[in-house]
Amino acid sequence: MMPSSKTPKSWKIRPPVATEAPGADLSVHDVKVEIRGLNFYYGAAQALFDINTTLEDRSITAFIGPSGCGKSTLLRVLNRMYALYANQRADGEVRIDGEDILSDKVDVSELRYRVGMVFQKPTPFPMSVFDNVALGLRLAGAVRGSRLHERVEEALRDAAIWDEVKDLLHVDGRSLSGGQQQRLCIARAIAVRPEVLLLDEPTAALDPISTLRIEEMLQTLREKFCIIVVTHNLQQAARVSNVTGFMYLGQLIEIGPSSKIFTSPSNRKTDDYITGRFG
Amino acid sequence: MNRRQIRKARNGVFLALSVAATLVGLACLAAILWTLVSNGIAGLSSRVFTEMTPPPGSEGGLLNALYGSAVMTLLGICMGSPIGMLAGTYLAEYGRTSRLSTVIRFINDILLSAPSIIIGLFIYEILVVRMGHFSAIAGAVALAVIAIPVSLRTTEDMLNLVPSGMKDASAALGAYPWRTVVSVVYPAARSGIVTGLLLAIARISGETAPLLFTALNDQFWSTKLTAPMANLPVVIFQFALSPYKDWQQLAWAGALIITVTILVLSVSARIILSLMQTSGGSKS
Amino acid sequence: MAIIDSRHAARQLIYERVFRSATLAAAILVLLILGGVALSLLRGAWPALSHFGFGFVTREIWNPVTDEYGALAPIYGTVVTSLIAMLLAVPTGFGIALFLTELCPPVLKRSIGTAVELLAAVPSIIFGIWGLFVLAPLLQRHVQPWLIDHIGPIPMIGKLFQGPPFGIGVLTAGVVLAVMVLPFIAATMRDVFDTVPPMLKESGYGLGATTWEVIWHVVVPHSRVGMLGGIMLGLGRALGETMAVTFVIGNAHRISTSLLAPGTTISSSIANEFTEAVGDLYTSSLIALGLLLFLITFAVIAIAQAMLRRLERRALSPL
Repeated sequence: MMPSSKTPKSWKIRPPVATEAPGADLSVHDVKVEIRGLNFYYGAAQALFDINTTLEDRSITAFIGPSGCGKSTLLRVLNRMYALYANQRADGEVRIDGEDILSDKVDVSELRYRVGMVFQKPTPFPMSVFDNVALGLRLAGAVRGSRLHERVEEALRDAAIWDEVKDLLHVDGRSLSGGQQQRLCIARAIAVRPEVLLLDEPTAALDPISTLRIEEMLQTLREKFCIIVVTHNLQQAARVSNVTGFMYLGQLIEIGPSSKIFTSPSNRKTDDYITGRFG
Repeated sequence: MNRRQIRKARNGVFLALSVAATLVGLACLAAILWTLVSNGIAGLSSRVFTEMTPPPGSEGGLLNALYGSAVMTLLGICMGSPIGMLAGTYLAEYGRTSRLSTVIRFINDILLSAPSIIIGLFIYEILVVRMGHFSAIAGAVALAVIAIPVSLRTTEDMLNLVPSGMKDASAALGAYPWRTVVSVVYPAARSGIVTGLLLAIARISGETAPLLFTALNDQFWSTKLTAPMANLPVVIFQFALSPYKDWQQLAWAGALIITVTILVLSVSARIILSLMQTSGGSKS
Repeated sequence: MAIIDSRHAARQLIYERVFRSATLAAAILVLLILGGVALSLLRGAWPALSHFGFGFVTREIWNPVTDEYGALAPIYGTVVTSLIAMLLAVPTGFGIALFLTELCPPVLKRSIGTAVELLAAVPSIIFGIWGLFVLAPLLQRHVQPWLIDHIGPIPMIGKLFQGPPFGIGVLTAGVVLAVMVLPFIAATMRDVFDTVPPMLKESGYGLGATTWEVIWHVVVPHSRVGMLGGIMLGLGRALGETMAVTFVIGNAHRISTSLLAPGTTISSSIANEFTEAVGDLYTSSLIALGLLLFLITFAVIAIAQAMLRRLERRALSPL
């Protein structure tokens, strides 16, 4: 639902739900994102072919597949990040809460405020830890003063980094360790309470311990957001997600509950990839 | 107006300002080129290339100035570029990371941006005073000193672009570094070196200040290197500041000639560089 | 087994030694040049400096007849014209760099970028004569009368815009200098903005920031050091510039509060007077001016280079 220009977007309060184990049934959650007939082009080359699927709220959907299969491309359609580049183009329908985000009527910066993104490498801004997390909120202007402090603390807690940085709020974000920087970037992304959180290979550049911390954190965040993760790491997808989609050469080959995909996938290709016959 | 609309408006204003700034910059370029071309062409005639600089109030040309500039530029490049290239070779091949190299690079970059009038004073002190009079050779040396940092920088940058695999292969055949440089690296960086040469020539052809008290000027035809020699920039300086219309017209013609020469050199350098990038590219 | 001709090998070694020494000698020559410049300026300036002492830098008087010289007017003119030039060129250059890196459609990027670089290659004497024949009359007829009538009466700032509209003067020289320095500043800032990692900018956009907000909150803080280095390098060039200002500065060894009055800079004093300077003290005073200019520009450029090197090192580190 696009906010009207008069009422600020408010955080929808939902009754807490018991944590689902990965692989729980698809039908328990509301549909958040609907993708119909999505095609994507880099110049003349087509990168995504007729993607059709739905992504549900309050769950973690992982997209896996070999390099170049289009999973990052798909992710970047969801917040129209591709629009920054002149020769990239998307065709089709992508509806978040029923509204087509690919239409010209949509305000792209508004969309990106509602759909957060975390990148492969940590990208802390050249400012203090506090300012990093607060930036999104400050730009939006809806939160000020002591409430700003509360929101920053909430985000840092949810990102499982509060205890480590609570006395370091004014140091430059770039002076943190790699794993801490990435959690800072996650805190920054969730501080604005996005409806959808996109993570593009978030632990690719991190050591195993930081990776574990972030995976644990994602499990707790699952209750608040619709989380979509692109990952190269099959074990990570199996550990973290409750829905997994397998992509190959720009097509969505199969998508379903993670428990099923990783044990008895319907499609031969999926099986080959999972068992390591190619990839 | 809500917050988001304010942000969009602010965005629009600043982006519009940046477009305006670009238009201002382009307008200045256009204005200068337009004035140069219209005034310069009015003063151009075959006489400009066949007659000497005239005394005030009479007609003439720029032949002696063109000759003088050509001679001094040529001499300056022949003296300065090889030194700059050798020094650049040292920094790129022999002393890549040594302390001395760091210092030399730093000093070189300072000389690159240093006021050229200071170089003129320097050459005045060591050559003109010694010789007792102004001379073309002093002017050429001043230009050479200005060309050295340019050549050093471009040479070092171009040599660093040569893939180290190529150099290693040559060393593996038992070649000494000098042999690798001469037989492998220089040919590989050929277009880059030519580019550097063109850029150095472009840079020194327009320099006026260093010639003001080294080569001075000469109203007549002169080929003696140990005497003052006419040159285009100083002639332009003198003629433009004078109250004589004929002289001013010649000044514009001279300015047009210098600018066209420099633009042709610069554009050629860029074309050669882009050809090198598309064909040579990342051979490893 | 490979057969090696020992005479051939010995010759190769000699060539190597010769070549290596030649390159080293050429490299050291660069250091010697700088040292030579400093020393010769010092030597040439010594008579004037020892005669006038420290007062040389603080006196305004410049009288070849009585052989009394002071550097204050040229120093003032150098600083003021450079300041005007930077005030005009830095925001404009920033705008151009911003346009080229964020807004410009790819088709135009190459040509506009090339146009800026070609403008940077134009020799400064061209800017000088353009200033004299085109800009000065323009300012004299249209801009300066307006400034004198409208800003002149205002209490504080008004003092800057008093006096008859000569056309030439400190303000005009500052404007010509600004146009000359502009392409350099624009190109340097554009190069600095190009080193910002795209992922960092996308992180900004990802929060819903507008283009300007990404530039202001992410690109500029990230490029702070590089921008400052580029500005200082531009300042170094402006301070030392001769031909662009000599034509339009008016060559008066005077300090006036009005920007519309004629003045002089260090380099234009030297350029105008050196060949006609009679007497050792006169010549030595001019060389002393040169020494001052050398010291000032050396300091500014050295600091700028140090900053730009820091940026180069950071840009090479992974992100």
